[in-house]
Parts: sequence; C-alpha cells; structure tokens
Amino acid sequence: MIKTVYTIVSNEKIADGAYRMRLSGDTGAITAPGQFIDISVPELFLRRPISVCDWDGSGLTVIYKTVGRGTDAMSKMRPGDALEALSGLGNGFDMSRCARRTAVIGGGVGTPPLLGLAKRLTAAGHEVTAMLGFNGTGDMMLADEFAALGCRTLVATADGSCGTKGFVTELLPQAGFDSFCACGPLPMLRALCAALPDVPGQVSLEERMGCGFGACMGCTHKTKNGPKRVCKDGPVFDKEELIW
Amino acid sequence: MVDTSVTLAGVELQNPVIPASGTFGFGYEFAEIYDINCLGSISIKGTTRSPRFGNDTPRIAECASGLLNSVGLQNPGVDAVVAEELPKLRKCFSKPIIANISGFSIDEYVECCARMDTQEQVAILEVNISCPNVHGGGMSFGTCPESAAEVTRAVKAAVKKPVFIKLTPNVTDICAVARACEEAGADGISMINTLLGMRLDLRRRRPLLANVTGGLSGPAVFPVALRMVYQVYEAVDIPIIGMGGVSCAEDVLEMMLAGASAVQIGAMNLVEPYICRDIVSALPETMEKYGMSELKTIIGGAHNG
Repeated sequence: MIKTVYTIVSNEKIADGAYRMRLSGDTGAITAPGQFIDISVPELFLRRPISVCDWDGSGLTVIYKTVGRGTDAMSKMRPGDALEALSGLGNGFDMSRCARRTAVIGGGVGTPPLLGLAKRLTAAGHEVTAMLGFNGTGDMMLADEFAALGCRTLVATADGSCGTKGFVTELLPQAGFDSFCACGPLPMLRALCAALPDVPGQVSLEERMGCGFGACMGCTHKTKNGPKRVCKDGPVFDKEELIW
Repeated sequence: MVDTSVTLAGVELQNPVIPASGTFGFGYEFAEIYDINCLGSISIKGTTRSPRFGNDTPRIAECASGLLNSVGLQNPGVDAVVAEELPKLRKCFSKPIIANISGFSIDEYVECCARMDTQEQVAILEVNISCPNVHGGGMSFGTCPESAAEVTRAVKAAVKKPVFIKLTPNVTDICAVARACEEAGADGISMINTLLGMRLDLRRRRPLLANVTGGLSGPAVFPVALRMVYQVYEAVDIPIIGMGGVSCAEDVLEMMLAGASAVQIGAMNLVEPYICRDIVSALPETMEKYGMSELKTIIGGAHNG
C-alpha cells in the first residue's frame, strides 16, 4: 500500500451512470489485476474503494458507477485535478491459478477489473473468453475492449437489447473453459458457482468498507477458513473458500 | 527542545499518542507502511474469551465528519491473541502495549484480564464496558455506576497491572460512572467510546447497518469527548486517557488541557493511515507554537483559575 496523489488525465461517461477516469502517477504498489485504490473525496470522511481496471508504469484507469455522494462527486472532477488515494490495496487475481482456457465473467460495473486481467492473461498466452452481463445496452461497457484483446466476447442483457437475453449464466454453455475469474453482484457470483461446481474459480467480492487496508474489520466475510477481510484478505477469494 | 513524555499510572510513555482499540488491528497492518515504534503505545483490538465473528455486514456507515461502525467485537479470542497476535506485534513494536478487554459476564472480564495481566508486553489493561454494538455485554456494564464498579472490583482483585476502565458517553452522568470506577479501585479512565447512532438507506427505506444502530466516531464527536474529559477530570483523581475524534496535534493538546494524561486516536486511522505518525511528529512544533515545553505540565491546565 502507498498513499499517493494522482493527476486526473480524463474523466468521461462511458455508459449509463458509469465513468472512466484515467489517472497519472505512481502505480508501483499495484501488483495484480483485481486490486483496488481507496480514493479521498473532498468533504467526505471515508475513502471510496474503486477497483483498478488497468494500469501501466505511468498511470491507471478506474471505471466507477455513480451510486452515491462519493461517486457523484468523482464524476464532476476535471482533468488536471489532483486525486489523493491509497493505492495497491487487496490481493487481486492469482494468474498462476488460471488454466490455459480461462473465462472472465463480469456483471455490470464488476466488469472493469476483468479487463486488466484479460489483458495480462492473453499476453501470457491464455485463451480467454469474456462473458459479460448487463441490464441492457444502456449500462453495457467494455465489450469492444475485451474483443480487441483477442478474447472471445459474449454478452448477455437482462432486457435482451444486446446479445443473449438473460443473465450472464445463460452464456456458460456457449464456451469451453477450465477455470474462471468473476466479479459482479453477489447473486450473480452465487449462481455462477452453483452452475460451475467442478470448475476452479476465483471471485471478487464487494462490501462496504471502512478503511480498505485491514484495520477496522468493517468488511468481514465468513469463509470456510474463518472470518476474512474483503479489503485485505480479498477482494478475490477462491470459490471453494466461500460459504454461499 | 520540548518534552513530550507522559506517565500513565506509573507507565512512562515517550509521547501521549496511542492508536485506539479497534482502529489499528494488532498493529502490523500499519507497521507495513511506517515504523510504529514512534507511537507512545498501542491499544490493541478488543479481545474476548472466545473468538467472535461480530455482527453481519454492512457494519460501516458514513456521516458528516465521521462514521458509524457496528463491527461487534470481532476478534480471534484471548488464546489466539496471546499465542499469535502478541508475538507478531512484538516483532514490529518494542514498547509496552495496552490490552483492551471486553466481556459478556464479570467472569469473562476477569478471566481475560488475568490472562493478559501475565503477558510481559502488556503494561495496562483497558476494560471496555462501553461497546454499543453487542447485546447482553459491553455497554450494559458501563451504563450504571453499580455494575461499572462491580466489573472494576472483580478485575482489580484478579490482576497486578494498572486497570483503566473505558467508559461510554451514552449515559446521563458520566461523572457518576467514573467516580464509581475510581472508588472500586480503577487506576484510570479511558474515554469516550462511540456515541450510539444510526443511518437509513433511502432506497430500501431501512437501517443502513445490519445491526440497525452503530457507534459514531470521528471528528464529529471531538467536542463531546472533550467536554466529558473536562467534566470527569474534575470528578476523579485518577488519570484519564482521552479519545474521541482527535485528528491533529492541536486536538491532542486540547484533550490534555481538558484533563487527559494521554490521548488515543481512533477513526482517523481508518482514513489517514499515517495520522498517528504525523501527529507524533507535529507535536513538538505545535507545543512550541503555544509556548509549551513540558507536556505533562499542561494536563488539566484548562481548569486553573
């Protein structure tokens, strides 16, 4: 973990209520896809934990949905503004445990961290299928970016406005894979793990956090290996470890 | 050169800055980012006899200048704390620590305190009779002078190290509770624990916290904490560890002028992980700015004249 000040390079709307913010600055503490940064928003007491979509040596991208005062304030920030954050938080996905044929499965605003993962998996020679679920075309995001990486990209929408009608689980029969990494709402993760009992998987959980770095025990989840902090021991957990 | 040292019931501290229980884990998360040996001491995560998961999530809610928590004393239990957490903390913190103890019965307080009393690195026992987030224990002992005194007496009879009783502000007369603890043999008072509060989720029209209510902390509560420390300083003769919304070196000085012999930093650790280190380093220049050379001489200074 480091505390650092980023400079906002751009901050643009990419879907209904969803924004992509590019930041320049120190990314040295980010070591794995699926980690997050904890953003200080002026006037608000708690930081806002937002997953890293992608990063390189000079900066990073986060994609966030406006769901309250913090993310609303973020959506009004301008290029050139300073953004103070704790960076390199959480464990991230363990790529060494991904099979040659791996699926990345995202729901809504859970999709962004999977893009950075898919980029690194394809670069490492994995055959990656991206299965993405959204409410409709309005909140759809990043499908073209996954395709541009060379991922086989499948989309499901609840309203049927794009791709297969239904939840992301509808897409599972359409692809072959031997491990998966998923991020999205808890009901989606639960349905996925129930539908894929024999496939090794890593899932990224979301929880309201206090600190974001393991001090307050605010975001604890019960697991088969005892209580685990989503912010520090996670947010990525082996699916076998979770109690559904 | 100013002198920041203070004494708590015979325990010498290099400076009065202590991270508060529940906001600093067992220290080593913070040791990853700075040398925590700069701190006066550390009050470790509240410990109970048996392991506790705590309350369901959400356990955290934000409010203006602070937060509500309803963690509910999550901890691995006193055996695991003694066997695993204390040795890990010892590796990154060489000074004496404060063991924060909670319980659901007098027997449990006594057993846990007696266990911690024998740990070499523990200098002070901080008995939490003020947790607002558990049912049938915690705060229920701290809301009336008689039960506060009963816990104090029982613990004092079982231990050798100084006992500080951590008080809840959720009472009509905190001075009466403090006096009862003093009369029962307490060596000091820690105050204040969090203020009971709640938030609602407008979308669901339901309480935001799974536990419905939670404890409010952060800069929002500083004036309340300061007022209570000021009042209790006049009510008792034992030392006070002041806490509640402290966020800078100036707040530390205010707390000490009000009557605190040392100061704990809580909620601010969660949003500014370097806050305790920064307060320790800002303390000498802040003292100089206000013409203070020896910190221990300002304790209770606001009451003179």
